Amino acid sequence: MSKKIELMVGLFVALGIAAFLALAIKVADAGIQGNGESYQLHAKFDNIGGLKVRSAVKVGGVVVGRISSIRLDSEDYTPIVTLDIFTKYDNFSETTSLSILTAGLLGEQYIGLDPGFMDEELGIEILQPGDYIEDTKPAIVLEELIGQFLFSQDSDN
Amino acid sequence: MLEKIQGLGQLSISILGGLGRAVLILLSAIAHLPNFRKGFPLFVGQLYAIGVLSLIIIMVSGTFIGMVLALQGYTVLVDYGAEGSLGPMVALSLLRELGPVVTALLFAGRAGSALTAEIGLMKATEQLSSLEMMAVDPLRRVIAPRFWAGFFSMPLLAAIFSILGIFGAHLVGVEWLGVDRGTFWSVMQADVDLRDIINGTIKSLAFAFVVTWIAVYKGYNCIPTSEGISRATTSSVVQASLMVLGLDFILTAIMFT
Repeated sequence: MSKKIELMVGLFVALGIAAFLALAIKVADAGIQGNGESYQLHAKFDNIGGLKVRSAVKVGGVVVGRISSIRLDSEDYTPIVTLDIFTKYDNFSETTSLSILTAGLLGEQYIGLDPGFMDEELGIEILQPGDYIEDTKPAIVLEELIGQFLFSQDSDN
Repeated sequence: MLEKIQGLGQLSISILGGLGRAVLILLSAIAHLPNFRKGFPLFVGQLYAIGVLSLIIIMVSGTFIGMVLALQGYTVLVDYGAEGSLGPMVALSLLRELGPVVTALLFAGRAGSALTAEIGLMKATEQLSSLEMMAVDPLRRVIAPRFWAGFFSMPLLAAIFSILGIFGAHLVGVEWLGVDRGTFWSVMQADVDLRDIINGTIKSLAFAFVVTWIAVYKGYNCIPTSEGISRATTSSVVQASLMVLGLDFILTAIMFT
């Protein structure tokens, strides 16, 4: 009797722990994206739109990193975005450009990274951890777009 | 007039007195972490009565709630062509809210009521007094193992509930309604964070604490008659459920805003 109870309790606890592991690995996918080695790059944007911390950084749709922080420069009041890029993608050139894109029509915003070219004769080097990416395109704000459209219509008449 | 004020005073004193007794029971249950060699078999026995025997109802309701969520979510999402978001919708609602809350409500009905009735009957048949006569502290022997077993088994039950709910949603969404299997899982994995699981677990620990505490206190403090036990059992379930719902709102407001 007591043996049977102990067996059932053991099964129950094992089942519970298995459920936790399954949630962590299968549902949250923690094992893969967890604490992968990464290095940091910074970038200044004019407007970050709906970008959030932990939004993805993608090259051609492949996630190469995540946004680790967003803050405002205390001097010129432009947003500074810090990117955590996985260490296995560690040779982006200085001509790399960033743009803020939207997944689908209504989806989340993410940063699209365009790797740029490398040319040692021109003195273009690989980005080092902590460097700033100069070439950035701000997020498209719908209201501004409509404003520009109306303005251009006005000037046509 | 004077009588009304007196009545108010009586009410406040009895409420405060009850609260004080509840805290005393809780403190002694926590402080009397059962002596490992002697207490562990008691703890395992209670784990069986509280955890293992609640397993069936938790597993069945988890699976069905996941299936219903998928079915309802699909009919709304498909209008916007967003049925790819079915996975995260089901997983997040289960992990953050339904898993901990529904488990706690079922637990209060299944295990909490049993705890209250058992301890109440022990009191009515003077088993608690006889324990004391034999110099065995009933708080240590009866209350502490039950309290710890409840506290320990609720998060496990909630995790089982959530994973079976997600499995049920997969069954309905992917196998039956034809959401793409890869989309279902990958969008879920992209949207669900380890933080959601940790917060859900913290929630279910808090609910476990409240539900077992109320159940144990109501039993230990009941009027030792058959009517008293029936009242104590009812109010144990009602109060535990209300506390779970109220606490859930507060915890959600703290965690997810």
